[in-house]
Amino acid sequence: MIADFGYGVLMVAFLAALYSVIAAAYGELNKRPALVESARRAMLLTWPLLTLTAGVLVYLLVNDHYEVQFVYEVTSRSMPLYLKITAWWGGQAGSLLFWSWLMSAFTSLVTLRKWERDREFLPWVIVVGGITMAFFLGMNVFFENPFAKLYQTFDGNISAFTLQPANSILFSPSDGRGLNPLLRHPGMIIHPPMLYLGFVSFVIPYAFAIAALVTGRTDDRWIRITRRWTLWAWLFLSAGLVLGGRWAYDVLGWGGYWGWDPVEIAAFMPWLTGTAFLHSVMIQEKRGMFKHWNMLLIILTYDLVIFGTFLTRSGVLSSVHSFAQSAIGPLFFAFIGITLITSVALIIYRWDMLKSETQMTSMLSREALFLLNNLLFMGILVVCFWGVIYPLISELFTGQKVTVGPPFYERATSPLFAALMLLMGVAPLSAWGHSTVKTLGRAVWKPALGAALVTAVLALTYTQNVIALIGFFLVALVMLVTLYEYGRGALARQRSQGENLFTAFWNLTGRNRRRYGGYIIHLSMMLMAIGILGIELFQVETQGTIAIGDSLELSGYTIKYREVASWDNPDAGVNYTRAVVEVYDRNGNLLGNLHPRKDFYFDSQQPMTIPGQLASLKDEVYVLLIDWEPINQESTTFKIFVNPLVNWLWLGSLLFLVGVITAAWPDKDPERVTVRAGKRMEQTSAAD
Amino acid sequence: MLNNRKLRVANYKLPLAILAVLIVSLLFAAAVFAQDDMPTDDEVNKIAKDLYCPVCESTPLDVCPTEACRQWRELIRQQLAEGKSEEEIKQYFVTQYGARVLSEPPNRLASYLVPALAFLAGVFLLFRGFRMWIKPMAVESASGEKEAAPIPQDDYIRRMEEELKKRK
Repeated sequence: MIADFGYGVLMVAFLAALYSVIAAAYGELNKRPALVESARRAMLLTWPLLTLTAGVLVYLLVNDHYEVQFVYEVTSRSMPLYLKITAWWGGQAGSLLFWSWLMSAFTSLVTLRKWERDREFLPWVIVVGGITMAFFLGMNVFFENPFAKLYQTFDGNISAFTLQPANSILFSPSDGRGLNPLLRHPGMIIHPPMLYLGFVSFVIPYAFAIAALVTGRTDDRWIRITRRWTLWAWLFLSAGLVLGGRWAYDVLGWGGYWGWDPVEIAAFMPWLTGTAFLHSVMIQEKRGMFKHWNMLLIILTYDLVIFGTFLTRSGVLSSVHSFAQSAIGPLFFAFIGITLITSVALIIYRWDMLKSETQMTSMLSREALFLLNNLLFMGILVVCFWGVIYPLISELFTGQKVTVGPPFYERATSPLFAALMLLMGVAPLSAWGHSTVKTLGRAVWKPALGAALVTAVLALTYTQNVIALIGFFLVALVMLVTLYEYGRGALARQRSQGENLFTAFWNLTGRNRRRYGGYIIHLSMMLMAIGILGIELFQVETQGTIAIGDSLELSGYTIKYREVASWDNPDAGVNYTRAVVEVYDRNGNLLGNLHPRKDFYFDSQQPMTIPGQLASLKDEVYVLLIDWEPINQESTTFKIFVNPLVNWLWLGSLLFLVGVITAAWPDKDPERVTVRAGKRMEQTSAAD
Repeated sequence: MLNNRKLRVANYKLPLAILAVLIVSLLFAAAVFAQDDMPTDDEVNKIAKDLYCPVCESTPLDVCPTEACRQWRELIRQQLAEGKSEEEIKQYFVTQYGARVLSEPPNRLASYLVPALAFLAGVFLLFRGFRMWIKPMAVESASGEKEAAPIPQDDYIRRMEEELKKRK
């Protein structure tokens, strides 16, 4: 009964979204403000409606209503309360609803804030947000009803139906199948919402871009309005990616954080275009150039977001992430096609209005280097996209099924990443408008010399691996350039304002948070790069079967096997097997005990391998329990990784958060209008 | 004459028999030796790392926890013990299960060419664009017009630069 109520509310929300799209578009085109206002209210109504729908779903999940198919599939009696709640996004139907719920929250938020200020854009923002939401809600209403119940027909078949079929009785299993144990990890509880927050909030800048195209107000107003949105979206998407990596590292038990899995790539692709977008909008803001390109980038980001959701949810490209599969693929495909074609058609329609206001004057100017940055991001995107669809193309044209695994991506993207790092080192030193080899050379030679020194020291003390040395050189270059820029600013401020160095740093960042937040992000990327270089180039592993008291050695560490124990936890429905191993260094000093584990979940009949980790900045000892003899404990198989420098990756991600929050934190005073010369000035003043 | 030859043949028989015994025992010893020295997990994993079973897509064979994958690893161990090379073992799996067991498409040209061409096309477009954008400026300045002044960066930076100059 309550499930039917939930479905009813869902349907009303779907209709409200549809209505708001039609009313907003019709009202705006025919100058009927009352209709637009009505559309806005309908949009504002969707969020409470969807919150109610979600509330009903969570109620069903928490109260073990296993007659509801979704509840049956993602929960079981043994699961703790918080997992039952978060099971909301643990399956396909629920996660689609979660998507719509976020979409409705964001669109409502935009229309609640500053409706008067952005009066011309907002009706179209409602249209775009509403179409996106209606699409996802339509999926729920017609194909993936989270409230469908299990019925047993007279011939004994049990299937899920929205409405009770004739001659059937409700089927109510006594327990559910339970959430996939891999998803029962804290990282996995936050990772999908983070990713979805990132995905969905990228729809807002897209909606404003489309609004700008439709209304013909194609100056950079839409970019200024959505600048912070975009940064927050980027933050969530990035955090989602990092959390996913950390989850893989902690749970999947393959000693790595990134496997170039199609679904990982699906989340990475909008990040690539989004990052390119964040950089290239600066050109438009400062110089009024490349407006077509920015439009195209945000459109690509939007459709890659939909594509990403589609990949995780359709199962067209099967991968470890495709926990849920269904036949909604073709619809996603059609939706992506239609939105892409319509959006690009709009750009072409407004082509002349998007002409650049100034010209490129130098190939080494900041804007030219930003364009190079965009080219590299697009290059990585092409590699990723090609890698993801190549198996399909191969199967389609040659009938041969192939796997595109990490070696392809690593080989194809690493030169591009290296070039990006070089650019990250040089670009902050180049000036807007005009730079020459001479001016740039004068700025860059000191940091470059410093980086070369660092590299020489590393070559003598740490590694002779050429690729690693190139990598470390680039890392050092970027860090020195960034710190140099930071220091130069702080020193200038210290002198002019008479502040002490710390206050100078603080105020410098506060005065130009976007610039210095960006620098912090660059620094954090370099810390991550250290971790990535370390694990990619220097990871070593060994596997061996040993008896209690015996030990394995790897890269100077001795891992001694002490004991193993196995016990059931009937309440949680898990069997734990835990080994105790001691880790000694080269000199025989005990560094600590590790407890690698294997958990076996009864309801889903799945094992989970939890590593024992001994972390330091130098490296991490990562021990996995692979296999054991339950009876004599004579032979237990361990796999050991030593992952050098990997923890710099996680440190870097923390600094990254600091950087993005610095850049995205709301201003106290109203947005200042940067005035550019000539034509720009007229446009800006006409705009405000 | 005939007798003599018979004798010679007979004379060869003994050393041949001894040789045969020696070879057989050597082979036996080798077999025992091989059993003692089964390929280690590391040797197996080194090959398994580059293989994917058709069921557990996106999970390399060396870390896949399923029973089927464990059996595949044992198969690799067996073949290593038989003295097969890494290439032969991979080829065995390709013949049995198709090219999808490899971590990369066998036709490297096809897999790398498209992204490489797309990227080069991007480079080409960008540089052609640069030339087109910059040319008009060059013509302008050649015809005696004022050189485009560097666009001033935002105020704060300009002040900052001035401060720095004063310091010198």
